[in-house]
Amino acid sequence: MNVALVIIFATIGISAGVGIFAGRRVKMNLENWTVAGRQFGLILIWLLMAGEIYTTFTFLGASGWAYSKGAPAFYILIYGALAYTLSFFILPALWRVGKRHGLHTQPDYFVKRYDSRSLGVFVALVGVFSIIPYLQLQLAGLGFIVEVASDGAIPSNTAIIIAFVLTCVFVYTSGLRGAAWVAIIKDVMMLVAVGVVGIGVPIIYFGSPGKMFEAVMAKMPEHLIFPGSTPNMDVGWVMSTVLLTGLGFYMWPHVFGSAFSAKSDKIIKRNAIIMPFYQIPILLIFFVGLTAFLVIPELKNGDMAFLELVNRTYPPWFMGFVGAAGAVTAMVPSAILVLFASTLLAKNVYQAAFRPHAKEETVLRLSRIMVLVITAFALVFAIFFPNELVNLLILGYDGVCQFFPGVVLGLFWKRVTKEGVFTGLVIGLAIVAFLILTGRDPFLGMNAGFVGLIGNGFFTMVVSLTTKPKRLDIV
Amino acid sequence: MRGGYMKKKGTKLALLFGAVPFIMLVLALPLVNRIEPVILGLPFLLFWILTWVMLTPPILFAAYLCEKRFNKTKEGESE
Repeated sequence: MNVALVIIFATIGISAGVGIFAGRRVKMNLENWTVAGRQFGLILIWLLMAGEIYTTFTFLGASGWAYSKGAPAFYILIYGALAYTLSFFILPALWRVGKRHGLHTQPDYFVKRYDSRSLGVFVALVGVFSIIPYLQLQLAGLGFIVEVASDGAIPSNTAIIIAFVLTCVFVYTSGLRGAAWVAIIKDVMMLVAVGVVGIGVPIIYFGSPGKMFEAVMAKMPEHLIFPGSTPNMDVGWVMSTVLLTGLGFYMWPHVFGSAFSAKSDKIIKRNAIIMPFYQIPILLIFFVGLTAFLVIPELKNGDMAFLELVNRTYPPWFMGFVGAAGAVTAMVPSAILVLFASTLLAKNVYQAAFRPHAKEETVLRLSRIMVLVITAFALVFAIFFPNELVNLLILGYDGVCQFFPGVVLGLFWKRVTKEGVFTGLVIGLAIVAFLILTGRDPFLGMNAGFVGLIGNGFFTMVVSLTTKPKRLDIV
Repeated sequence: MRGGYMKKKGTKLALLFGAVPFIMLVLALPLVNRIEPVILGLPFLLFWILTWVMLTPPILFAAYLCEKRFNKTKEGESE
């Protein structure tokens, strides 16, 4: 009997059960489904936001980066703190606009603020285009973790199909509430896994984290300062990258939308204050990557560092626990991604472009159908073309960051116009696509998305000043 | 709300506090990209980053108190 297998399947099953249970007794309408009726208090919002931030990338990528790149990985620790600081100033105002006008999604905001349905459709399409590769990455991470953790007993594709189909069942039934409840399980398991491994491995191999750092400094001190073990991730790259990812973080359609689920603007503000504490586990994940750097320097794939080190250090049942934690860690963000991609397609593309007078029940029914469509689509891609979409992820991330001027200027600057936002957005996206697709990222030592954002902000303001603003009553 | 947001004293003070993480965690990076001195076992760069990440909650709490104290409208001004 493979203990790891039992732990992994039990966790996936229980999580799905909790997710489905979360929506019981709730009369489902679009408001309840997408933004949980704007009822979440401080704890659920915190868990939900953390659920979005701590993805399989954090697990595997942060340790992998610390392992193979060194100091540039620290950007992950920094950008979160910047994102939360910004959210303290931006999200409460956004929440109030959302509440006043009954908004559910990011494109809803653009439609309302700029009085332009076409801008909304455009933003929705860019959003969905960016979400799909992100979802793909979660599925790939899930399959990878479960396969390695079960020592091959559960093949990657089996894990992906089972976990993702169940995820979509609870998204279908419970909407955002399902994701928030499952996030509780996910958070506890992830914190235990990261805590045990992150504190454990430096002590087991070196006596203490301090001694582990001494060993790294003896072996290769430059690994611990920028640019670490990379040729081009120097201070300029880190500065532009943390700015871009910090500004862009809440521009992800699913993170943006979840902010509307808070009970009040005050809850959102207090949440921003406590969010940075959630960065501590990232430090522990770095410890794991750096320990692996010393103990198992021969790995070809840095993303294996965490799992390989656990495999060498702990009994198989704990490996199963890590695999289970990894699986739920992928399920929660996947759920939220699917939910918002579906709502964007149903409400902000289909309804806005073709059926402006569709009833809310129709939009909800369509959103739920889109959950099934996106699930099928993502599964086909994950199984048959696993590597095609992941390459687009950077494009997606740098893409959603281009919403920043439109969102923030829309909240705080009277003069901004839809023409300005449209122009800035198109120029920003064009710069990003050009630099990335022609292999010019980093550009002059700066992150390509950041270069795009500068062009975007500039043109948004210039064009806004030459056009006439309207709808000043919105914010 | 609109337009008046930036003009309130509490908001200005809060924004000043809000600038601190950006100064320390972005602008200051070229100055702290070094290993020595090692503090609490951490190389200086990581120690610096960790310190300011952990100081962000108290800084934001101070910003919160400023807004509460100096802005006349109550903070939970939703309908």
